[in-house]
Amino acid sequence: MLKACELTCVKRDRVLFEDVSLAVNAGELLYVRGPNGAGKTSLLRILTGLSTPESGAVLFNGEDIADSSFSYLSTLLYLGHKSGTNGSLSAIDNLTFWLAQHQVNCEESQLFDALMRVGLVGLEDIPVRFLSAGQQRRVALARLWLKPADIWILDEPFTALDVKGIALLEERMKSHVERGGVVITTSHQPLSEAAGPHSVFDLEYRI
Amino acid sequence: MSLYQGVFKRDVHIAFKQKAELLQPLMFLLMVVTMFPLGVSPSPDTLQRIGPGVLWIAAILSSLMAMERMFRDDFQDGTMEQYVLSGMSLAGISAVKVCVHWLVSFIPMLVLSPLLAMFLNLTFDMYVALIATLLLGTPLLSLIGAIAVGLTVGLQKGGVLLALLLIPVFIPLLIFATSAVDSAALQLPYYPQLAIITAMLLLALAIAPFAIAYSLRVSQN
Repeated sequence: MLKACELTCVKRDRVLFEDVSLAVNAGELLYVRGPNGAGKTSLLRILTGLSTPESGAVLFNGEDIADSSFSYLSTLLYLGHKSGTNGSLSAIDNLTFWLAQHQVNCEESQLFDALMRVGLVGLEDIPVRFLSAGQQRRVALARLWLKPADIWILDEPFTALDVKGIALLEERMKSHVERGGVVITTSHQPLSEAAGPHSVFDLEYRI
Repeated sequence: MSLYQGVFKRDVHIAFKQKAELLQPLMFLLMVVTMFPLGVSPSPDTLQRIGPGVLWIAAILSSLMAMERMFRDDFQDGTMEQYVLSGMSLAGISAVKVCVHWLVSFIPMLVLSPLLAMFLNLTFDMYVALIATLLLGTPLLSLIGAIAVGLTVGLQKGGVLLALLLIPVFIPLLIFATSAVDSAALQLPYYPQLAIITAMLLLALAIAPFAIAYSLRVSQN
């Protein structure tokens, strides 16, 4: 489904990785592993199309994502280090706005259902900046229940989450993969068995 | 279209939630203008002569304070990444954001301007010319400023760099705007100056949204 061909990434005159190729098919969970500074975030950002690689290409169903960007973007869900929520808006406002921008039709009941699943009931009207770091992350993660996207690219999704939150997210990733979706994720703690079977991609730190 | 209306509503909503950031540039403008009679000379003639320049310089400096706000929050909290991935036109989003920025930071300045004109003993003709130059010139400040904000938003301390980049670019506008008000003081026609400012504005309107979108992409990379 998603294929990366010989990607090279250079940041500030330092080669982060060279000729990296990977392929993910429907129903696969790819766990990108590597030490700090190995280029995990850069790799994921290249896969989403936010950054352009020095050389190489990312193919979605055989087409370069630079050419067929809209069909790719409508099936992509990316969660980065930054949550993409505005601190002075409430969780509901943030999510409603995000859904409108991504042209996802969603009823209010679905929205409340997603917030209930991530454990934010009663906090939906509070400006997001008054929530704890873990709760802010949960607001961002609620998108996983809202946008019907096939490809999930999640950069360090477990940051700031508590034990229950991690279990919830792993279970969600597992059920997404079982339904034929694709998950590409990075994390510094190994995925537990709850996340289901997954393949590992190692990035090495280069000097 | 309703997509961009959504961005507009959200930005206006957020701007009014951050009232301090709205008021600070206005207070700054008021204080800078107040300092001139105290520091230079309180004589009505001198004030009238330096008035147009003082007002325009103060307006440019205070606009620099608010400029960074245009993309800073969206960039830092990751909203910009989600915009890029939403498939919406980044140039369209930039145009909406510039429009909101102009409405919330320069309209209050226009409302405040009669008071400032009185401080500096401007005549009625000069005031009319001042309003005309502000109406045409401030959207230009927003549009050009947004390109520089797009370029510097990824840097940690972009504030001073932003001023250094923009002040030289704003000099032509300053020259034509103050010259228009000076002409009005002498009862001379000032349409040529206004026409040149309008030409600059139209050019910026046509090109800036794409330049802003490009600079945002570069910062994202």
